[in-house]
Amino acid sequence: MTFSPQLEARFEKLLKSYPPGRQRSAMIPMLMYAQDEIGSVTDELITEVAARTGTTPLQVNEVMSYYSMLHRKPLGKFHVQVCTNISCLLHDGDKLYEHACKKLGIGHKEVTADGQISIEEVECMGACSWAPAIQVNYDFHHHVTPAKLDEILDRLKKKPV
Amino acid sequence: MLFNEPSPLETKVLTRRFGLPNSASIDTYLAHEGYQAFLKASKMTPDEIIGEVKTSNLRGRGGAGFPTGMKWSFVPRTSPKPKYIVVNGDESEPGTCKDRVLIENDPHQLIEGVLIAGLSVDAHAGYVYIRGEYRYIIEVMEKAIDEAYAKGWLGKNIQGTGFDFDLYVHTGAGAYECGEESALLESLEGKRGVPRIRPPFPAVVGAFQCPTILNNVETYCAVPAIIRDGGAAFAALGIPKSGGTKMTCLTGHVNRPGVYELKIGFPVKQMIEEVGGGIRNGRKLKAFIPGGSSCPVLTAEEVEGATMDYDSMASRKTMLGSGGVIIIDDQTCMVKAALRIMRFYSHESCGWCIPCREGTTWLKKILTRFHEGGGTRNDIVLIGDIAKNMLGRTFCPLGDAAAMPTLSIVEKFRHEFEDHLNGKPCPYEHSGTMVTV
Ligand SMILES: Cc1cc2nc3c(=O)[nH]c(=O)nc-3n(C[C@H](O)[C@H](O)[C@H](O)COP(=O)(O)O)c2cc1C
Ligand code: FES
Repeated sequence: MTFSPQLEARFEKLLKSYPPGRQRSAMIPMLMYAQDEIGSVTDELITEVAARTGTTPLQVNEVMSYYSMLHRKPLGKFHVQVCTNISCLLHDGDKLYEHACKKLGIGHKEVTADGQISIEEVECMGACSWAPAIQVNYDFHHHVTPAKLDEILDRLKKKPV
Repeated sequence: MLFNEPSPLETKVLTRRFGLPNSASIDTYLAHEGYQAFLKASKMTPDEIIGEVKTSNLRGRGGAGFPTGMKWSFVPRTSPKPKYIVVNGDESEPGTCKDRVLIENDPHQLIEGVLIAGLSVDAHAGYVYIRGEYRYIIEVMEKAIDEAYAKGWLGKNIQGTGFDFDLYVHTGAGAYECGEESALLESLEGKRGVPRIRPPFPAVVGAFQCPTILNNVETYCAVPAIIRDGGAAFAALGIPKSGGTKMTCLTGHVNRPGVYELKIGFPVKQMIEEVGGGIRNGRKLKAFIPGGSSCPVLTAEEVEGATMDYDSMASRKTMLGSGGVIIIDDQTCMVKAALRIMRFYSHESCGWCIPCREGTTWLKKILTRFHEGGGTRNDIVLIGDIAKNMLGRTFCPLGDAAAMPTLSIVEKFRHEFEDHLNGKPCPYEHSGTMVTV
């Protein structure tokens, strides 16, 4: 499998970050960064990461299935994550989530037909004091109102990647 | 960047450099006493360093509040194995958002704390485990580490002290359980984040089966001030047996939610009224969670006279926890709150221990039924029974973390469960339908 030079450099650094014989430690970070580049954890990626970390594809599959940020299916180019956990709930995070679903016509972990936007109801993302919060890919948005969310979604609908 | 205005009632020890231009850069750090505590510690013996941390009465800021100096003293320093310093930056306890602020605004303070921990147990490598969602925080940390290498504050023979130390960042990938220390260590080894049986504790068998100090981000961030100004000065900020300040995340129904650094022992009422600006919309306090959703809930009456410290909270049968304060007003449905909290634990239970895996699943189902108006009087008893059967029966405390708030809500707000019986509509304003994951 070929990756961008940046990702190859990242892999090289990761594989040197752990004690000798412990390359398996690099597995989860490698999957995370590779997923960002290729969109999901494919069979091919699993085989590749297994080869580079001295594990089997079965072991990689077993580990990745535990972690909620690693996914086998591609998400939208912009993955909108709405927190409905307790501190956000107290600021109507649940209503915000419903609003987003209605506006996009999709539900939890679904992708719009054009592949542009996906949505997920997520657990606490560490923005509780600035609730309600959402993340678009890795970007945080705080104090999100339905109007602000509309604005964000309208922008994402048209935004090239 | 700071996301809320500071409060004049704060005591700025860990946040002293916040708000300076480029507060995250090594130049700002060095211009404001940065790395001086490391240089001081490099001339002290390990026993002197650990002694100073013990004197400071610093207790772990990740939730359990274990005395930090004592934890460090458990590491077998003379073991021939390498020793490791691991930083817990998983920060996933609902209500908690302070480690993010600490790293974003002053990452070198964390590096310096880690270096001093390294000196105290003869460790030469460390890992900062940061939750995957915090990608930009990971980038801040990586940049700080690069700067520290470039200026000789990490690497070989740091500043001519003869001490070597390498520091790495490790990303998580979405799992609350990986904040639990032994599950974190499994995850660091490239495995599923399930807990290990203890003993042995990480101090003896930790990262890569070697002796390890594992602390929360905030705990390490307190260490430079302790070495610089002395343990006694840090201890004096707090109350007997518990020193210093606590990064406190005010969340929920207050006028000024935000992250504030408050002295240990800060009065709860003053925190809500003066730091937080009181309850929103002129409403009244109904319930108070001191430190993350794992803590038993207090009623407004129980909050009277309470202070933000381990003893005051223990005497009210709850915990100081992680600093994630959740403030709930009198228009909130406590059944809905209990359900949302349980949905979280059920989603995050790693499935390793049956009482936790099955208990959280069934409690979620029963609470959902209840909230939708299909509960029965028997269910109220059943919720309590299931929760009690989870307590203390699991490898890690996630099961307890799910059971404790539930038990406290059922016990203290039983009338609200009764209000939901017989198909009555939920009498509280904040009661939209709840979507289910
Ligand atoms: C389910 C669970 C989740 C936890 N999550 C975190 C966390 O996100 N961050 C943290 O520092 N400690 C967390 N802890 C506590 C750790 O197990 C551990 O006690 C702590 O990191 C030790 O550091 P300290 O002594 O500095 O607090 C969690 C514990 C449990 C049981
Ligand atoms: S509860 Fe939503 S970010 Fe913490």
